[in-house]
Amino acid sequence: MTTHPAHTESSKHLEETVTFGFWIYLMSDCLIFASLFATYGVLHNNTFGGPSAHELFSLPFVLAETLLLLTSSFTIGLAMLSAHHKRAGETAFWMGVTFLLGVAFLGMEISEFSNLISEGHGPSLSAFLSAFFTLVGTHGLHVALGALWMVVLFAQVLYSGITAFTMRRLLCLSLFWHFLDIVWIFIFTFVYLLGAF
Amino acid sequence: MNLFGDLTLAALYNGPIVLAAQILIATLGLTLAVLLTYFKRWHWLWHEWLTSVDPKKIGVMYIVVAVVMLFRGLVDAAMMRAQQAIAASPSTGYLEPHHFDQLFTAHGVIMIFFVAMPIMFGLLNIVVPLQIGARDVAFPFLNSLSFWLFVAGAILVNLSLVLGEFAATGWLAYPPLSEMAYSPSVGVDYYIWSLQVAGLGSLFSGVNFITTILRMRAPGMTLMRMPIFVWTALGSMGLVVFAFPILTATLALLSLDRELGMHFFTTGGGGNAMMYVNLIWAWGHPEVYILILPAFGVFSEVVATFSQKRLFGYTSMVVATMSITVLSFTVWLHHFFTMGSGARVNAVFGIATMIIAIPTGVKIFNWLFTMYRGRVQFTSPILWFLGFVLTFTIGGMTGVLMSMPPADFQIHNSLFLVAHFHNMIIGGVLFGYFAGITFWFPKIYGFKLDERLGIYAFWFWVVGFLVAFIPLYMLGLMGMTRRLDHYEVATGWQPLLILAAVGGCIILAGILLQVAQFVVSFRNRKKLRDATGDPWNGRTLEWSTSSPPPIYNFAHIPLVHGRDAFWGVKHMTHELQAAQEYQDIELPANTAMGLYISGFAFLAGFSLIWHVWWLLPVSIIGVILCLIVRSFDMHTHYIIPASEVAHIERRRYHTSI
Repeated sequence: MTTHPAHTESSKHLEETVTFGFWIYLMSDCLIFASLFATYGVLHNNTFGGPSAHELFSLPFVLAETLLLLTSSFTIGLAMLSAHHKRAGETAFWMGVTFLLGVAFLGMEISEFSNLISEGHGPSLSAFLSAFFTLVGTHGLHVALGALWMVVLFAQVLYSGITAFTMRRLLCLSLFWHFLDIVWIFIFTFVYLLGAF
Repeated sequence: MNLFGDLTLAALYNGPIVLAAQILIATLGLTLAVLLTYFKRWHWLWHEWLTSVDPKKIGVMYIVVAVVMLFRGLVDAAMMRAQQAIAASPSTGYLEPHHFDQLFTAHGVIMIFFVAMPIMFGLLNIVVPLQIGARDVAFPFLNSLSFWLFVAGAILVNLSLVLGEFAATGWLAYPPLSEMAYSPSVGVDYYIWSLQVAGLGSLFSGVNFITTILRMRAPGMTLMRMPIFVWTALGSMGLVVFAFPILTATLALLSLDRELGMHFFTTGGGGNAMMYVNLIWAWGHPEVYILILPAFGVFSEVVATFSQKRLFGYTSMVVATMSITVLSFTVWLHHFFTMGSGARVNAVFGIATMIIAIPTGVKIFNWLFTMYRGRVQFTSPILWFLGFVLTFTIGGMTGVLMSMPPADFQIHNSLFLVAHFHNMIIGGVLFGYFAGITFWFPKIYGFKLDERLGIYAFWFWVVGFLVAFIPLYMLGLMGMTRRLDHYEVATGWQPLLILAAVGGCIILAGILLQVAQFVVSFRNRKKLRDATGDPWNGRTLEWSTSSPPPIYNFAHIPLVHGRDAFWGVKHMTHELQAAQEYQDIELPANTAMGLYISGFAFLAGFSLIWHVWWLLPVSIIGVILCLIVRSFDMHTHYIIPASEVAHIERRRYHTSI
């Protein structure tokens, strides 16, 4: 994306343009998830003799995952507050906390997946499991990319402080992170909560 | 583990016909390389073109690659027409069935994704920033990346001709046929990964142009003052952003089925192939409008300019464009009425399809009313428009006919359908793009195209098109299904198929005339020179700057006071900008990073196709590293000092008088 150390007046315009463009990108990403949700909706009863959602998911475990991710949304909000006050160190600290929460979430998801696979309930068992692994896994992949982005931006914030340049990226990253949180709420509701009953 | 995955030397030989194509590709590639070296043009190519982030240059590169791919798609078409013309029993023609299947698959994929899409993106890149009075797109680096991702996809498609084979499944690769069980070769993988890589580029372009149009317009250019081409670009890019993610997701699911043994669309394991067909058309139908909307935009500019008259019904044109944009998401099921969704569902989608014909009709009437009592100049762009009205109306009528489920049950999957969509894509999209290229060519190169040859080419195209495709309607009604590699002579189809092949030859003559048109125009470029920047007495901002435009497009950002902003200036209703001093202009600097990233994306696609598993993580890490390096680059822009701007503008002033 466009990056140049510009004058404050055009810098504001640029910031708005970049975040606007990022919103459009998020809408398109939303459509990827919509397609995967639709696929899950069509296939979630096609267990092909294998286990159903009701038999597989543990709600307390998923609740813990959800709390981790929701907290990380809160902490990236704190990072943004610090960034608006031009406190680079504080911003980096909250980014670090967000990163750790994100990684913990990923760790839980990976352990859930590996448990399912080791019990013989892998994604190739039935259409339901294919759809489940793909939907939840795509979200996980996004979180992983977001975490990687967090690391790079963490370095840039420490390196050059809160400039117009890092601020634009922070705005995009926080949008991305909140977006993933919202997608997770839908996954939690439609896959896990509705699946458990 | 094998260093080359599943790739062996056996993948190189696929029969004599493919061998000839391979030799041709190698010869052309070598000749090009030798010529570039001989004329010492590598440096120029790299610095002036390949690493450029100037949308005018990216636009030209899009169109050049598209034209190369057009020839590939044409050869496929010619081979199919020749095969069907001779393959009446007892003859089975000169092509093996498996080869024929790859031909019609490659033809469809290439023409839609690697010809129509890039010409559209090329026109958008060239025209949209100029028409909205901007110096660049919103995200110049992303624009270059989009282009190179498209090129990586195009190379993957062509690679299938050299190594292995292409899909033999039809251009949308319906499962279960495209699943591993029935298509175990690399063909479908070439299909999937070339489209994934190129599709990502399209998606980024969509984001880029929406942002450009909504955020970068010159002061005073409100939404309702935008040229219609910009409106149609906005509609089309909106569709890209909302439809291409569905394609990305769908192809990803198909590849998960194939590579990891999942069960989305398989016959076993609880998979549901109908889900694929729904998803792919939820992208596929909007895709048709992604292509046709900018063509509508071209015609709006061309008709108003060559009628020397304001466009009739601007507001209704905008409303029609936006209605089509929304409605195009509500008709996808008409592509598979026979799947068995039930009478009510079919009826809903049938009616929705008929409704979408209404805004399209509004547009046709608006153009005709624009011409009415105008001073119409019958230049070749106007001829393309008139040819379009004829062929598109025929195509539209047959489309409405097929939107009725009972009729569709009779003629679906027949050559009637094939004739219908070629009517829309050739008569609508392609004619529109030809008009656009002829119209904006002088803006980019500074000289006009030869009119006489252009008009000859037009007549060969229109006549050839009708001779080639009207017989297909008849054949469809006679019961000939699509994609047949041979048939019984007793069906009585052969005479019409021979006629269609003759039509193909006439089209070919039209194309040769177009090639001649470019060559002759280039040789006479001094005589055809456009020194004014406004060869057609145009109406919109792109004609207010020089031809070719300076790299910064406009020395001063124009002030817009109404629709047809440049027309208003010429007729002294207002000034385009207050006289003022030239100022420094900041522009994005060239970068090769888009090319590198796409190179790694290409390698990722290649490793997924041939299962070269060590290469996959390497190329993904390559992409990520490139992005990180780019994100630390602080010198992405450079300044053109005011003195140089003044110098360039003075020189322009002197050449124009």
